[in-house]
Amino acid sequence: MKKIEAIIRKTKFEEVKEALLGADINWFEYHDVHGIGQSRQERIYRGVQYSTDVIERVALSIVCRDQFVQPTIDVIIKVAQTGEIGDGRIFVSDVIDTYSIRTGEHGDTVLRDKK
Amino acid sequence: MNDIALSLDTVWMLLAAMLVFWMQPGFALCEAGFTRGKNTANILFKNFVDFMLGSLLFFFVGFGFMFGSEGAGFIGAPNWGDLSFYSGDLPVEGFLMFETVFCATAATIVSGAMAERTKFSMYVVYSAAISLFIYPIEGHWTWGGGWLAGDAADSFMMTTFGAAFHDFAGSAIVHSVGGVLALIGAMALGPRRGKYDAEGHSRAIPGHSLTLAALGVFILWLGWFGFNPGSQLAASGEVNRTAISHVLLTTNLAAAAGGIATMMLTWWRYGKPSFSLTLNGVLAGLVGITAGCDLVSPLGAIIIGLVCGIVLVYSIEFIDHHLHIDDPVGASSVHGVCGILGTLMTGLLATDSGALYGHGWGFFGAELFGIAVIDLWAAACGIVLFYGIKRLKGLRVDARIEEEGLDVYEHGELCYN
Repeated sequence: MKKIEAIIRKTKFEEVKEALLGADINWFEYHDVHGIGQSRQERIYRGVQYSTDVIERVALSIVCRDQFVQPTIDVIIKVAQTGEIGDGRIFVSDVIDTYSIRTGEHGDTVLRDKK
Repeated sequence: MNDIALSLDTVWMLLAAMLVFWMQPGFALCEAGFTRGKNTANILFKNFVDFMLGSLLFFFVGFGFMFGSEGAGFIGAPNWGDLSFYSGDLPVEGFLMFETVFCATAATIVSGAMAERTKFSMYVVYSAAISLFIYPIEGHWTWGGGWLAGDAADSFMMTTFGAAFHDFAGSAIVHSVGGVLALIGAMALGPRRGKYDAEGHSRAIPGHSLTLAALGVFILWLGWFGFNPGSQLAASGEVNRTAISHVLLTTNLAAAAGGIATMMLTWWRYGKPSFSLTLNGVLAGLVGITAGCDLVSPLGAIIIGLVCGIVLVYSIEFIDHHLHIDDPVGASSVHGVCGILGTLMTGLLATDSGALYGHGWGFFGAELFGIAVIDLWAAACGIVLFYGIKRLKGLRVDARIEEEGLDVYEHGELCYN
Protein backbone atom coordinates (compact mmCIF):
# COMPACT_ATOMS: atom_id res chain seq x y z
CA MET A 1 0.00 0.00 0.00
CA LYS A 2 1.47 3.31 -1.07
CA LYS A 3 0.64 6.97 -0.91
CA ILE A 4 1.21 8.92 -4.10
CA GLU A 5 1.44 12.69 -3.75
CA ALA A 6 1.53 14.61 -7.00
CA ILE A 7 1.94 18.35 -7.41
CA ILE A 8 0.62 19.35 -10.81
CA ARG A 9 -0.30 22.44 -12.78
CA LYS A 10 -3.74 23.85 -11.97
CA THR A 11 -4.55 23.87 -15.67
CA LYS A 12 -3.97 20.11 -15.86
CA PHE A 13 -6.25 19.21 -12.96
CA GLU A 14 -9.38 18.36 -14.97
CA GLU A 15 -7.47 16.14 -17.39
CA VAL A 16 -5.62 14.33 -14.60
CA LYS A 17 -8.88 13.84 -12.69
CA GLU A 18 -10.52 12.15 -15.68
CA ALA A 19 -7.44 10.03 -16.35
CA LEU A 20 -7.26 8.84 -12.72
CA LEU A 21 -10.91 7.81 -12.74
CA GLY A 22 -10.18 5.94 -15.98
CA ALA A 23 -7.22 4.25 -14.28
CA ASP A 24 -9.48 2.72 -11.62
CA ILE A 25 -8.67 5.16 -8.83
CA ASN A 26 -12.06 5.80 -7.26
CA TRP A 27 -11.09 8.24 -4.52
CA PHE A 28 -8.41 10.82 -4.09
CA GLU A 29 -8.02 14.10 -2.27
CA TYR A 30 -6.70 17.31 -3.73
CA HIS A 31 -5.99 20.77 -2.46
CA ASP A 32 -4.70 24.06 -3.79
CA VAL A 33 -1.14 24.68 -2.73
CA HIS A 34 1.13 27.70 -2.89
CA GLY A 35 4.80 26.98 -3.34
CA ILE A 36 7.81 29.23 -3.12
CA GLY A 37 10.46 28.53 -5.71
CA GLN A 38 13.48 30.14 -7.25
CA SER A 39 11.62 31.31 -10.32
CA ARG A 40 10.22 34.83 -10.15
CA GLN A 41 7.35 36.26 -12.11
CA GLU A 42 7.60 39.97 -12.94
CA ARG A 43 4.41 41.94 -12.51
CA ILE A 44 3.40 45.60 -12.55
CA TYR A 45 0.64 47.07 -10.40
CA ARG A 46 -0.22 50.73 -10.90
CA GLY A 47 3.26 51.59 -12.11
CA VAL A 48 5.07 49.66 -9.37
CA GLN A 49 7.14 46.73 -10.59
CA TYR A 50 7.20 43.77 -8.29
CA SER A 51 8.04 40.13 -8.57
CA THR A 52 6.14 37.30 -7.07
CA ASP A 53 7.76 33.96 -6.21
CA VAL A 54 4.45 32.39 -5.25
CA ILE A 55 3.64 29.46 -7.50
CA GLU A 56 0.10 28.08 -7.49
CA ARG A 57 -0.36 24.35 -8.01
CA VAL A 58 -2.77 21.56 -7.15
CA ALA A 59 -1.61 18.73 -4.89
CA LEU A 60 -3.22 15.29 -5.32
CA SER A 61 -3.07 12.67 -2.62
CA ILE A 62 -3.81 9.08 -3.64
CA VAL A 63 -3.55 5.96 -1.45
CA CYS A 64 -3.70 2.69 -3.42
CA ARG A 65 -2.63 -0.91 -3.37
CA ASP A 66 0.84 -1.74 -4.67
CA GLN A 67 -0.28 -3.06 -8.06
CA PHE A 68 -1.92 0.29 -8.86
CA VAL A 69 1.08 2.46 -8.03
CA GLN A 70 2.96 2.32 -11.32
CA PRO A 71 -0.13 2.63 -13.59
CA THR A 72 -1.28 5.64 -11.56
CA ILE A 73 2.10 7.35 -11.80
CA ASP A 74 2.28 6.61 -15.52
CA VAL A 75 -1.13 8.16 -16.06
CA ILE A 76 -0.27 11.32 -14.14
CA ILE A 77 3.01 11.81 -15.98
CA LYS A 78 1.40 11.16 -19.34
CA VAL A 79 -1.43 13.63 -18.83
CA ALA A 80 0.19 16.35 -16.72
CA GLN A 81 3.37 16.66 -18.75
CA THR A 82 3.88 19.72 -20.94
CA GLY A 83 7.67 19.57 -21.14
CA GLU A 84 8.02 23.10 -19.72
CA ILE A 85 9.71 23.84 -16.39
CA GLY A 86 7.14 23.69 -13.61
CA ASP A 87 5.23 20.52 -14.52
CA GLY A 88 5.53 19.29 -10.95
CA ARG A 89 6.67 16.37 -8.81
CA ILE A 90 5.38 12.98 -7.69
CA PHE A 91 6.28 11.53 -4.28
CA VAL A 92 5.62 7.91 -3.33
CA SER A 93 5.72 6.67 0.26
CA ASP A 94 4.71 3.57 2.24
CA VAL A 95 1.45 3.49 4.10
CA ILE A 96 1.49 1.23 7.19
CA ASP A 97 -2.20 0.56 7.54
CA THR A 98 -5.63 1.86 6.72
CA TYR A 99 -8.98 1.55 8.50
CA SER A 100 -12.56 1.85 7.40
CA ILE A 101 -14.40 3.93 9.95
CA ARG A 102 -17.76 2.47 8.94
CA THR A 103 -16.88 -1.20 9.38
CA GLY A 104 -13.75 -1.12 11.52
CA GLU A 105 -11.93 -3.36 8.97
CA HIS A 106 -8.30 -2.65 8.24
CA GLY A 107 -5.64 -3.61 5.72
CA ASP A 108 -5.36 -2.83 2.04
CA THR A 109 -8.64 -4.55 1.14
CA VAL A 110 -10.35 -1.51 2.63
CA LEU A 111 -9.19 0.47 -0.39
CA ARG A 112 -12.02 0.02 -2.83
CA ASP A 113 -9.90 0.38 -5.92
CA LYS A 114 -11.08 -2.09 -8.50
CA LYS A 115 -9.81 -5.65 -9.20
CA MET B 1 -41.22 81.48 -18.06
CA ASN B 2 -43.45 78.95 -19.75
CA ASP B 3 -44.80 76.55 -17.12
CA ILE B 4 -44.12 73.37 -19.08
CA ALA B 5 -40.62 74.53 -19.91
CA LEU B 6 -39.95 75.06 -16.22
CA SER B 7 -41.28 71.60 -15.42
CA LEU B 8 -39.02 70.12 -18.06
CA ASP B 9 -36.04 71.93 -16.55
CA THR B 10 -36.99 70.68 -13.10
CA VAL B 11 -37.32 67.07 -14.23
CA TRP B 12 -33.95 67.26 -15.95
CA MET B 13 -32.33 68.71 -12.82
CA LEU B 14 -33.86 66.02 -10.59
CA LEU B 15 -32.91 63.24 -12.97
CA ALA B 16 -29.35 64.58 -13.10
CA ALA B 17 -29.30 64.75 -9.28
CA MET B 18 -30.23 61.07 -9.16
CA LEU B 19 -27.46 60.23 -11.63
CA VAL B 20 -24.93 62.16 -9.56
CA PHE B 21 -26.14 60.31 -6.46
CA TRP B 22 -25.36 57.14 -8.39
CA MET B 23 -21.70 58.22 -8.42
CA GLN B 24 -21.59 57.31 -4.72
CA PRO B 25 -21.73 53.55 -5.36
CA GLY B 26 -19.27 54.17 -8.19
CA PHE B 27 -16.74 55.66 -5.79
CA ALA B 28 -17.51 53.00 -3.19
CA LEU B 29 -16.91 50.08 -5.55
CA CYS B 30 -13.88 51.68 -7.17
CA GLU B 31 -12.23 52.26 -3.79
CA ALA B 32 -13.23 48.83 -2.48
CA GLY B 33 -11.76 47.11 -5.52
CA PHE B 34 -8.41 48.93 -5.32
CA THR B 35 -7.92 48.01 -1.65
CA ARG B 36 -7.62 44.73 0.23
CA GLY B 37 -10.54 42.54 1.23
CA LYS B 38 -9.83 42.85 4.95
CA ASN B 39 -10.82 46.55 4.81
CA THR B 40 -13.78 46.41 2.45
CA ALA B 41 -16.62 46.91 4.92
CA ASN B 42 -14.71 49.89 6.31
CA ILE B 43 -14.23 51.64 2.96
CA LEU B 44 -17.85 51.03 1.92
CA PHE B 45 -19.01 52.33 5.27
CA LYS B 46 -16.98 55.53 4.83
CA ASN B 47 -18.72 56.16 1.52
CA PHE B 48 -22.07 55.81 3.25
CA VAL B 49 -20.98 58.19 6.02
CA ASP B 50 -20.00 60.80 3.43
CA PHE B 51 -23.45 60.77 1.89
CA MET B 52 -25.45 60.44 5.09
CA LEU B 53 -23.63 63.22 6.93
CA GLY B 54 -23.37 65.36 3.80
CA SER B 55 -27.12 65.19 3.17
CA LEU B 56 -28.01 66.32 6.69
CA LEU B 57 -25.30 68.93 7.20
CA PHE B 58 -25.71 70.49 3.77
CA PHE B 59 -29.46 70.78 4.37
CA PHE B 60 -29.08 72.44 7.78
CA VAL B 61 -26.00 74.61 7.28
CA GLY B 62 -23.99 74.10 4.09
CA PHE B 63 -26.69 75.20 1.65
CA GLY B 64 -26.93 78.55 3.45
CA PHE B 65 -23.16 79.00 3.55
CA MET B 66 -23.09 78.33 -0.18
CA PHE B 67 -26.18 80.15 -1.50
CA GLY B 68 -27.36 82.32 1.40
CA SER B 69 -27.48 86.09 1.39
CA GLU B 70 -24.00 87.37 1.92
CA GLY B 71 -21.81 90.11 3.17
CA ALA B 72 -18.67 90.47 1.14
CA GLY B 73 -18.87 87.55 -1.27
CA PHE B 74 -16.95 85.21 1.01
CA ILE B 75 -19.66 83.33 2.86
CA GLY B 76 -23.44 83.11 2.85
CA ALA B 77 -25.62 83.24 5.95
CA PRO B 78 -26.38 79.79 7.41
CA ASN B 79 -30.00 78.78 6.83
CA TRP B 80 -30.52 76.30 9.72
CA GLY B 81 -32.71 74.15 7.54
CA ASP B 82 -34.92 77.06 6.38
CA LEU B 83 -35.01 77.20 2.59
CA SER B 84 -37.26 80.26 2.22
CA PHE B 85 -34.33 82.63 1.60
CA TYR B 86 -33.68 81.15 -1.80
CA SER B 87 -35.27 82.80 -4.80
CA GLY B 88 -34.99 81.19 -8.18
CA ASP B 89 -37.18 79.79 -10.91
CA LEU B 90 -36.49 76.18 -10.03
CA PRO B 91 -38.12 74.65 -6.93
CA VAL B 92 -35.74 75.21 -4.03
CA GLU B 93 -36.07 71.69 -2.62
CA GLY B 94 -35.05 70.16 -5.93
CA PHE B 95 -32.19 72.60 -6.28
CA LEU B 96 -31.05 71.74 -2.74
CA MET B 97 -31.01 68.04 -3.66
CA PHE B 98 -28.98 68.79 -6.80
CA GLU B 99 -26.42 70.76 -4.79
CA THR B 100 -26.36 68.14 -2.02
CA VAL B 101 -25.18 65.38 -4.34
CA PHE B 102 -22.37 67.62 -5.59
CA CYS B 103 -21.26 68.36 -2.05
CA ALA B 104 -21.31 64.64 -1.24
CA THR B 105 -19.19 63.92 -4.33
CA ALA B 106 -16.48 66.28 -3.09
CA ALA B 107 -16.64 64.61 0.32
CA THR B 108 -16.37 61.04 -0.88
CA ILE B 109 -13.25 61.52 -3.01
CA VAL B 110 -11.02 61.53 0.06
CA SER B 111 -11.86 58.13 1.54
CA GLY B 112 -9.93 56.19 -1.11
CA ALA B 113 -6.67 58.05 -0.57
CA MET B 114 -6.90 57.49 3.19
CA ALA B 115 -8.00 53.87 2.86
CA GLU B 116 -6.85 50.92 4.96
CA ARG B 117 -5.37 52.82 7.91
CA THR B 118 -7.62 55.68 9.08
CA LYS B 119 -9.59 55.56 12.32
CA PHE B 120 -13.27 55.46 11.47
CA SER B 121 -14.15 57.98 14.17
CA MET B 122 -11.66 60.51 12.84
CA TYR B 123 -12.89 60.00 9.29
CA VAL B 124 -16.37 60.95 10.48
CA VAL B 125 -14.93 64.24 11.80
CA TYR B 126 -13.28 65.00 8.45
CA SER B 127 -16.40 64.06 6.52
CA ALA B 128 -18.51 66.44 8.60
CA ALA B 129 -16.01 69.26 8.09
CA ILE B 130 -16.03 69.14 4.30
CA SER B 131 -19.83 69.14 4.03
CA LEU B 132 -20.24 71.68 6.80
CA PHE B 133 -17.88 74.41 5.63
CA ILE B 134 -14.89 73.48 3.42
CA TYR B 135 -16.96 72.82 0.30
CA PRO B 136 -19.85 75.26 0.92
CA ILE B 137 -17.56 78.24 1.47
CA GLU B 138 -15.51 77.85 -1.70
CA GLY B 139 -18.74 76.89 -3.42
CA HIS B 140 -20.15 80.25 -2.37
CA TRP B 141 -17.24 82.08 -4.00
CA THR B 142 -18.14 80.49 -7.31
CA TRP B 143 -21.55 78.86 -7.87
CA GLY B 144 -23.03 80.81 -4.96
CA GLY B 145 -22.40 84.06 -6.84
CA GLY B 146 -19.47 85.13 -4.67
CA TRP B 147 -16.36 87.09 -5.47
CA LEU B 148 -14.70 84.67 -7.95
CA ALA B 149 -17.74 84.33 -10.20
CA GLY B 150 -19.09 87.88 -10.28
CA ASP B 151 -19.14 89.20 -13.83
CA ALA B 152 -20.31 92.72 -13.04
CA ALA B 153 -18.06 95.28 -14.73
CA ASP B 154 -16.76 96.63 -11.41
CA SER B 155 -16.17 93.21 -9.77
CA PHE B 156 -12.68 92.18 -8.72
CA MET B 157 -12.36 89.46 -11.36
CA MET B 158 -13.57 91.67 -14.23
CA THR B 159 -11.33 94.60 -13.34
CA THR B 160 -8.29 92.33 -12.83
CA PHE B 161 -8.63 89.72 -15.58
CA GLY B 162 -11.49 90.96 -17.73
CA ALA B 163 -13.15 87.58 -17.15
CA ALA B 164 -14.89 85.71 -14.33
CA PHE B 165 -13.73 82.34 -13.08
CA HIS B 166 -15.57 79.57 -14.94
CA ASP B 167 -16.02 76.04 -13.67
CA PHE B 168 -19.09 74.58 -15.34
CA ALA B 169 -19.62 71.44 -13.25
CA GLY B 170 -16.77 71.33 -10.76
CA SER B 171 -13.30 70.29 -11.97
CA ALA B 172 -12.02 72.85 -9.48
CA ILE B 173 -14.90 73.35 -7.06
CA VAL B 174 -15.69 69.67 -6.49
CA HIS B 175 -12.86 67.49 -7.77
CA SER B 176 -9.70 69.47 -7.14
CA VAL B 177 -10.89 70.30 -3.62
CA GLY B 178 -11.52 66.61 -2.92
CA GLY B 179 -8.19 65.73 -4.53
CA VAL B 180 -6.17 68.28 -2.54
CA LEU B 181 -7.78 67.13 0.70
CA ALA B 182 -7.07 63.53 -0.32
CA LEU B 183 -3.38 64.31 -0.83
CA ILE B 184 -3.05 66.10 2.49
CA GLY B 185 -5.00 63.40 4.30
CA ALA B 186 -2.78 60.66 2.88
CA MET B 187 0.31 62.72 3.70
CA ALA B 188 -0.77 63.31 7.30
CA LEU B 189 -1.54 59.62 7.75
CA GLY B 190 1.68 58.23 6.34
CA PRO B 191 1.93 55.18 4.10
CA ARG B 192 0.31 51.83 4.80
CA ARG B 193 2.53 49.36 6.59
CA GLY B 194 4.70 47.57 4.05
CA LYS B 195 4.13 50.12 1.29
CA TYR B 196 7.78 51.22 1.23
CA ASP B 197 10.79 49.04 1.94
CA ALA B 198 13.74 50.06 4.10
CA GLU B 199 15.39 51.89 1.18
CA GLY B 200 12.19 53.77 0.44
CA HIS B 201 11.29 51.84 -2.69
CA SER B 202 7.60 51.61 -3.40
CA ARG B 203 6.02 48.18 -3.13
CA ALA B 204 2.85 47.02 -4.83
CA ILE B 205 -0.17 46.29 -2.66
CA PRO B 206 -2.62 44.94 -5.25
CA GLY B 207 -6.29 45.62 -4.66
CA HIS B 208 -8.57 42.68 -4.03
CA SER B 209 -10.96 42.98 -6.98
CA LEU B 210 -10.51 44.71 -10.32
CA THR B 211 -14.04 43.50 -11.09
CA LEU B 212 -15.45 45.79 -8.41
CA ALA B 213 -13.16 48.63 -9.48
CA ALA B 214 -14.20 48.30 -13.13
CA LEU B 215 -17.89 48.27 -12.24
CA GLY B 216 -17.33 51.31 -10.04
CA VAL B 217 -15.68 53.24 -12.86
CA PHE B 218 -18.44 52.37 -15.33
CA ILE B 219 -20.98 53.57 -12.76
CA LEU B 220 -19.03 56.79 -12.29
CA TRP B 221 -18.92 57.27 -16.06
CA LEU B 222 -22.73 57.02 -16.17
CA GLY B 223 -23.06 59.29 -13.15
CA TRP B 224 -20.98 61.91 -14.92
CA PHE B 225 -23.67 62.09 -17.61
CA GLY B 226 -25.75 63.69 -14.88
CA PHE B 227 -22.92 65.61 -13.26
CA ASN B 228 -21.94 67.63 -16.34
CA PRO B 229 -25.04 67.89 -18.56
CA GLY B 230 -27.16 68.36 -15.45
CA SER B 231 -25.15 71.40 -14.45
CA GLN B 232 -26.85 73.31 -17.24
CA LEU B 233 -29.79 73.21 -14.79
CA ALA B 234 -32.18 73.54 -17.71
CA ALA B 235 -33.28 71.50 -20.70
CA SER B 236 -36.04 73.49 -22.38
CA GLY B 237 -35.59 75.69 -25.39
CA GLU B 238 -33.09 75.53 -28.20
CA VAL B 239 -30.19 76.97 -26.23
CA ASN B 240 -30.51 74.47 -23.41
CA ARG B 241 -31.22 71.36 -25.46
CA THR B 242 -28.22 72.15 -27.62
CA ALA B 243 -26.05 72.82 -24.58
CA ILE B 244 -26.86 69.61 -22.69
CA SER B 245 -26.31 67.56 -25.84
CA HIS B 246 -22.96 69.24 -26.42
CA VAL B 247 -21.91 68.72 -22.81
CA LEU B 248 -22.88 65.05 -22.88
CA LEU B 249 -20.76 64.55 -26.00
CA THR B 250 -17.69 66.42 -24.73
CA THR B 251 -17.92 64.55 -21.41
CA ASN B 252 -17.96 61.17 -23.07
CA LEU B 253 -15.21 61.99 -25.58
CA ALA B 254 -12.87 63.18 -22.82
CA ALA B 255 -13.49 60.03 -20.77
CA ALA B 256 -12.76 57.78 -23.74
CA ALA B 257 -9.67 59.77 -24.73
CA GLY B 258 -8.39 59.74 -21.14
CA GLY B 259 -8.69 55.97 -20.90
CA ILE B 260 -7.08 55.39 -24.30
CA ALA B 261 -4.20 57.74 -23.48
CA THR B 262 -3.47 55.89 -20.25
CA MET B 263 -3.76 52.51 -21.92
CA MET B 264 -1.31 53.42 -24.67
CA LEU B 265 1.14 55.16 -22.34
CA THR B 266 1.26 52.27 -19.84
CA TRP B 267 1.59 49.82 -22.72
CA TRP B 268 4.62 51.70 -23.96
CA ARG B 269 6.06 52.45 -20.52
CA TYR B 270 5.55 49.14 -18.71
CA GLY B 271 5.41 46.76 -21.67
CA LYS B 272 1.82 45.79 -20.87
CA PRO B 273 -1.34 47.91 -20.84
CA SER B 274 -2.34 48.48 -17.22
CA PHE B 275 -6.04 47.95 -16.60
CA SER B 276 -6.11 49.44 -13.12
CA LEU B 277 -4.42 52.63 -14.35
CA THR B 278 -6.68 52.79 -17.41
CA LEU B 279 -9.65 52.83 -15.04
CA ASN B 280 -8.06 55.88 -13.43
CA GLY B 281 -7.39 57.31 -16.90
CA VAL B 282 -11.10 57.30 -17.74
CA LEU B 283 -11.81 59.15 -14.50
CA ALA B 284 -8.93 61.56 -15.24
CA GLY B 285 -10.56 62.48 -18.55
CA LEU B 286 -13.94 62.94 -16.86
CA VAL B 287 -12.50 65.14 -14.10
CA GLY B 288 -10.54 67.18 -16.63
CA ILE B 289 -13.48 67.95 -18.95
CA THR B 290 -15.84 68.92 -16.12
CA ALA B 291 -14.77 72.58 -15.92
CA GLY B 292 -14.98 73.40 -19.60
CA CYS B 293 -17.39 70.81 -21.00
CA ASP B 294 -19.74 73.62 -22.11
CA LEU B 295 -17.05 75.84 -23.66
CA VAL B 296 -14.69 73.53 -25.54
CA SER B 297 -15.29 71.87 -28.90
CA PRO B 298 -15.51 68.07 -29.20
CA LEU B 299 -11.93 68.11 -30.45
CA GLY B 300 -10.92 70.27 -27.48
CA ALA B 301 -12.57 67.70 -25.19
CA ILE B 302 -10.51 64.92 -26.72
CA ILE B 303 -7.33 66.96 -26.22
CA ILE B 304 -8.23 67.55 -22.56
CA GLY B 305 -8.92 63.83 -22.10
CA LEU B 306 -5.63 62.81 -23.74
CA VAL B 307 -3.56 65.27 -21.70
CA CYS B 308 -5.23 64.21 -18.43
CA GLY B 309 -4.80 60.51 -19.23
CA ILE B 310 -1.07 61.02 -19.85
CA VAL B 311 -0.35 63.36 -16.96
CA LEU B 312 -2.23 60.99 -14.64
CA VAL B 313 0.34 58.21 -15.08
CA TYR B 314 3.29 60.47 -14.32
CA SER B 315 1.44 62.06 -11.43
CA ILE B 316 0.65 58.71 -9.79
CA GLU B 317 4.29 57.66 -10.21
CA PHE B 318 5.59 60.96 -8.85
CA ILE B 319 3.35 60.96 -5.78
CA ASP B 320 4.13 57.31 -5.06
CA HIS B 321 7.84 57.00 -5.94
CA HIS B 322 9.13 60.49 -5.15
CA LEU B 323 6.82 62.13 -2.63
CA HIS B 324 6.27 58.76 -0.90
CA ILE B 325 2.63 59.61 -0.27
CA ASP B 326 0.57 56.43 -0.29
CA ASP B 327 -2.69 57.00 -2.17
CA PRO B 328 -4.06 53.47 -2.76
CA VAL B 329 -6.64 54.51 -5.36
CA GLY B 330 -4.91 57.48 -7.02
CA ALA B 331 -7.54 60.01 -5.87
CA SER B 332 -5.07 62.88 -5.49
CA SER B 333 -3.85 62.43 -9.07
CA VAL B 334 -7.25 61.79 -10.65
CA HIS B 335 -9.22 64.48 -8.84
CA GLY B 336 -6.53 66.89 -7.68
CA VAL B 337 -4.01 67.05 -10.51
CA CYS B 338 -6.49 66.47 -13.34
CA GLY B 339 -9.04 68.81 -11.75
CA ILE B 340 -6.47 71.60 -11.77
CA LEU B 341 -5.33 70.67 -15.27
CA GLY B 342 -8.87 70.64 -16.65
CA THR B 343 -9.64 74.04 -15.15
CA LEU B 344 -6.49 75.54 -16.67
CA MET B 345 -7.08 73.92 -20.06
CA THR B 346 -10.52 75.51 -20.13
CA GLY B 347 -8.68 78.83 -20.21
CA LEU B 348 -6.75 77.63 -23.25
CA LEU B 349 -9.38 75.71 -25.20
CA ALA B 350 -12.66 77.57 -24.63
CA THR B 351 -13.74 78.37 -28.18
CA ASP B 352 -15.18 81.80 -27.35
CA SER B 353 -12.56 83.05 -24.88
CA GLY B 354 -9.56 80.69 -24.70
CA ALA B 355 -5.98 81.73 -25.27
CA LEU B 356 -5.37 79.16 -28.03
CA TYR B 357 -8.30 80.60 -29.99
CA GLY B 358 -6.68 84.03 -30.01
CA HIS B 359 -8.73 85.63 -27.24
CA GLY B 360 -5.76 86.59 -25.10
CA TRP B 361 -4.69 85.39 -21.70
CA GLY B 362 -7.30 87.16 -19.54
CA PHE B 363 -9.60 84.17 -19.19
CA PHE B 364 -6.67 81.82 -18.59
CA GLY B 365 -5.50 84.19 -15.87
CA ALA B 366 -8.94 84.09 -14.27
CA GLU B 367 -8.89 80.28 -14.30
CA LEU B 368 -5.37 80.16 -12.88
CA PHE B 369 -6.21 82.63 -10.14
CA GLY B 370 -9.49 80.89 -9.31
CA ILE B 371 -8.05 77.40 -9.05
CA ALA B 372 -5.14 78.69 -6.97
CA VAL B 373 -7.44 80.42 -4.49
CA ILE B 374 -9.82 77.46 -4.24
CA ASP B 375 -7.10 74.89 -3.72
CA LEU B 376 -5.16 77.06 -1.28
CA TRP B 377 -8.36 77.23 0.75
CA ALA B 378 -8.75 73.44 0.53
CA ALA B 379 -5.09 72.89 1.42
CA ALA B 380 -5.25 75.25 4.39
CA CYS B 381 -8.40 73.56 5.72
CA GLY B 382 -6.87 70.14 5.12
CA ILE B 383 -3.64 70.95 6.93
CA VAL B 384 -5.45 72.37 9.96
CA LEU B 385 -7.97 69.55 10.01
CA PHE B 386 -5.83 66.48 9.38
CA TYR B 387 -2.72 67.58 11.25
CA GLY B 388 -4.93 68.93 14.05
CA ILE B 389 -6.69 65.57 14.40
CA LYS B 390 -3.36 63.79 14.16
CA ARG B 391 -1.94 65.85 17.01
CA LEU B 392 -4.99 65.78 19.26
CA LYS B 393 -6.48 62.34 18.76
CA GLY B 394 -4.38 60.42 16.24
CA LEU B 395 -5.55 59.70 12.70
CA ARG B 396 -4.28 56.16 12.37
CA VAL B 397 -5.38 52.85 13.75
CA ASP B 398 -2.89 50.73 15.74
CA ALA B 399 -0.44 48.55 13.84
CA ARG B 400 -2.22 45.33 14.78
CA ILE B 401 -5.58 46.63 13.57
CA GLU B 402 -4.01 47.70 10.29
CA GLU B 403 -2.36 44.31 9.82
CA GLU B 404 -5.42 42.23 10.61
CA GLY B 405 -7.91 44.50 8.93
CA LEU B 406 -10.14 47.42 9.87
CA ASP B 407 -13.31 45.43 9.27
CA VAL B 408 -12.92 43.14 12.23
CA TYR B 409 -11.52 45.68 14.70
CA GLU B 410 -13.31 48.89 13.75
CA HIS B 411 -16.69 47.33 12.98
CA GLY B 412 -16.70 43.73 14.14
CA GLU B 413 -18.16 42.83 10.77
CA LEU B 414 -16.24 41.24 7.94
CA CYS B 415 -17.14 41.91 4.34
CA TYR B 416 -16.26 38.40 3.20
CA ASN B 417 -17.16 35.45 5.41
